[in-house]
Amino acid sequence: MKKYFNLPIIALVLFISGCNNEKKQSSDSNNADVTVTAGGQENVKDDVSQKDVVKVAIGSPDHTTLVAAVKQAELVTALSNAGPFTVFAPTNAAFDKLPAGTVDGLMKDDKKPDLQDILQYHVTTSALKAEFFTDGMNIGMVNGGNVTVSVKDGKIMLNGTATIVASVPASNGMVHVIDAVLLPRLNDSSFVERF
Amino acid sequence: MKLPSHKSVLLTGVAVIGLLLLQGCKPRGAGSVAGGDASKAYVAPGKYDEFYNFVSGGFSGQMSVYGIPSGRLFRVIPVFSVDPEKGYGYSEETKAMLNTSHGFVPWDDLHHPALSVTNGEHDGRWAFGNANNTPRIARIDLKTFRTAEIIEIPNSGGNHSSPFITENSEYVVAGTRFSVPMGDKVDVPISTYKENFKGTVSFISVDPNNGGMKIAFQIQTPGVNYDLARAGKGKSHGWMFFSCYNSEQANTLLEVNASQKDKDFIMAVNWKKAEEYVKAGKGVKKSVKYAHNVYDESKHMATSTIENEVLMLDPKDCPDMVYYMPCPKSPHGCDTDPTGEYIVGSGKLAAVIPVFSFTKIQEAIAAKNYDGNYEGIPVLKYEAVLHGEVQKPGLGPLHTEFDANGNAYTSFFVSSEIVKWNVKDLKVLDRVPTYYSIGHLCVPGGPTKKPHGKYVIAYNKITKDRYLPTGPELTQSAQLYTIDGDKMKLILDFPTIGEPHYAEAIPADLVMKNSTKIYKIEENKNPWAALGDNNARVERKGNEVHVYMTSIRSHFTPDNIEGVKLGDVVYFHVTNLEQDWDVPHGFAIKGANNAELLIMPGETQTLAWKPDRVGVFPMYCTDFCSALHQEMQGYVRVSPAGANVPLTFSTGKTAPAPGSAEKKDTAKPK
Repeated sequence: MKKYFNLPIIALVLFISGCNNEKKQSSDSNNADVTVTAGGQENVKDDVSQKDVVKVAIGSPDHTTLVAAVKQAELVTALSNAGPFTVFAPTNAAFDKLPAGTVDGLMKDDKKPDLQDILQYHVTTSALKAEFFTDGMNIGMVNGGNVTVSVKDGKIMLNGTATIVASVPASNGMVHVIDAVLLPRLNDSSFVERF
Repeated sequence: MKLPSHKSVLLTGVAVIGLLLLQGCKPRGAGSVAGGDASKAYVAPGKYDEFYNFVSGGFSGQMSVYGIPSGRLFRVIPVFSVDPEKGYGYSEETKAMLNTSHGFVPWDDLHHPALSVTNGEHDGRWAFGNANNTPRIARIDLKTFRTAEIIEIPNSGGNHSSPFITENSEYVVAGTRFSVPMGDKVDVPISTYKENFKGTVSFISVDPNNGGMKIAFQIQTPGVNYDLARAGKGKSHGWMFFSCYNSEQANTLLEVNASQKDKDFIMAVNWKKAEEYVKAGKGVKKSVKYAHNVYDESKHMATSTIENEVLMLDPKDCPDMVYYMPCPKSPHGCDTDPTGEYIVGSGKLAAVIPVFSFTKIQEAIAAKNYDGNYEGIPVLKYEAVLHGEVQKPGLGPLHTEFDANGNAYTSFFVSSEIVKWNVKDLKVLDRVPTYYSIGHLCVPGGPTKKPHGKYVIAYNKITKDRYLPTGPELTQSAQLYTIDGDKMKLILDFPTIGEPHYAEAIPADLVMKNSTKIYKIEENKNPWAALGDNNARVERKGNEVHVYMTSIRSHFTPDNIEGVKLGDVVYFHVTNLEQDWDVPHGFAIKGANNAELLIMPGETQTLAWKPDRVGVFPMYCTDFCSALHQEMQGYVRVSPAGANVPLTFSTGKTAPAPGSAEKKDTAKPK
């Protein structure tokens, strides 16, 4: 008699799994698995369109550090979207100029917010061609900070420390290659020391 | 020892309860009444449908594209009607698409798509559609999902029996619904129909390389109404079958007067024979006037040419080319099965469905087994060409589609149902109701040599209580049924645009792989294109001001324009410099009497604007393109006629210093 006692529970289990099975079967028949793909537009298969800012960076051998950092900071999806973006892209050599261990430190998982902060200081939501920059111009960056532009004799400098050495148009904005890493909160002397 | 038997009792009990409970999983309501399984129509987010469904928009004049089985609407392709949303028929580049011998015609009534075929199977290249009112055929390029070409049909009074396609897309056809007086003698009393009115069927050749259409020849026939058509295939390749009604030749109250005879006709045309007559010079050149409009994809621009001549074949001079087969009671649908052996006629008022045999037709022709003639055209004996009749199939048969297993699916308007029957033994196998009053129906690949089966879709005229009410005008609908079992099962009900008449469904992989993502900017040959911001400029030519404008996230170049005067016509030639899939830009300016532009990546489109007052007019991008879309705007200053404001333009130029020359150019008429 004890065994019969469990019958409604077993039936209920069957009921639930019965519904699930039904759903799964029909899903299979439409080749429609209910799986959520991670990420966003970076997964779009498209060999025709111009490259976006992320793909431009990925395609550059001088930007492997930046690309690794963008991935670690989980910014690939945002930067693959419609933008428009201007990315100031420090070269590997620019990262190498930082105090020893800074990059390695930033790449640690517990420093992800700091890495995001520093990378977002290199991005503005506007597609700025080189000729748009004017001397003394202020640019509001994605992290909330500002970058000051100086233009002297055709040379464009940012915060007086980084020079634009090349400009590459991308589908969703502009990539300006720079020779130094921009450091947010310039007046905060503790920033670099934190790493 | 008792345990095993207890177990089996328990398992049986569980199974019974489980089954009972499983019934509870099914949806309730009409779906479950129809034995529905809605999950079969479910396509998960991010997943693709199995078929594209090209559905005529009827009185919307457009063609819509749905996914099957989900019923999701992907796109409405503007074809015969203007579409302010896309600027179609409003932009200077597209206006010519809607040119006709009657001038610009902004609307029509699209009833039937026909997808291109190779060897009788869908090839995914083009969709054709007919204009029912001002007779035309359009070709839509399935790479771009845009109307690429429209050709007007002369000597036609309404292009309903169209654009059905031959086995290798050699021809699409156009049979006139209304017979009309033609040639020099057209100002005649309507009551002289029998004497003066003629019918025509046209064969429009399709260039196998680029799809280009050309009226190869027309056949002049007695004055009747041509309704629908289908090409032969396989063994009947080389023939075309047209249904026709009003063999009574009534010119008024057809509701009564065209239903007098027991039988009207299906006209069988041996078009290979017609080709021989054309080659032999039997055609007579007739003076006509019709427009031929072609959209040049590299120029992003349509041109319209008026043609003046068409080649006419008269069956009197061309024996063995045209035959009539009697068919009961005003036949509507005229459908050939996948083998090409059987031709199904659907008399709207008939109590049976006659099925004709191509083999028997050939035998009857060889034996001259005629039942007299109709205005000189031999009429084949009904019994001699009949394979058989489907008895008591339903009321008001209209159209028939086929699966790959020898079954036919016929729609019945009057009894509002789909009836499945076997083509060979003519036995009715199943019937399901539609909600309500079905017209056409569609089986994926149903008109081809290789139907894909799986579903039949009903296109219904009346929906009454099927959806939330929207006042007196309600949506029309499509209903999806599975046909892979013995029984048809309703699984989905979805609203449609306009009025859906015929539709075709094609496996997605035949089309999606060819889909254009962007127009390459380096291939842009539009004469008004500004290929790069550096080429953006404003030029005056008399009272025309041409703005060669570029758009890219997130600005126009130029975005400040001055020096336009009242009386000018401003042409905004906007080039979208984006080279990124799915990033169109729009363009609109206040007070424009036409529409917006919607410009695809790499494309140039032009909007003409005639300012009506002095002032500063805002313009902006209408398609949310980026985070700074709302910043994508500009101004045009309009000054009085004769003002001395110089023509200037800029982007990113900040205000001049106070007291500078530019500041002083306030508008003063000279």
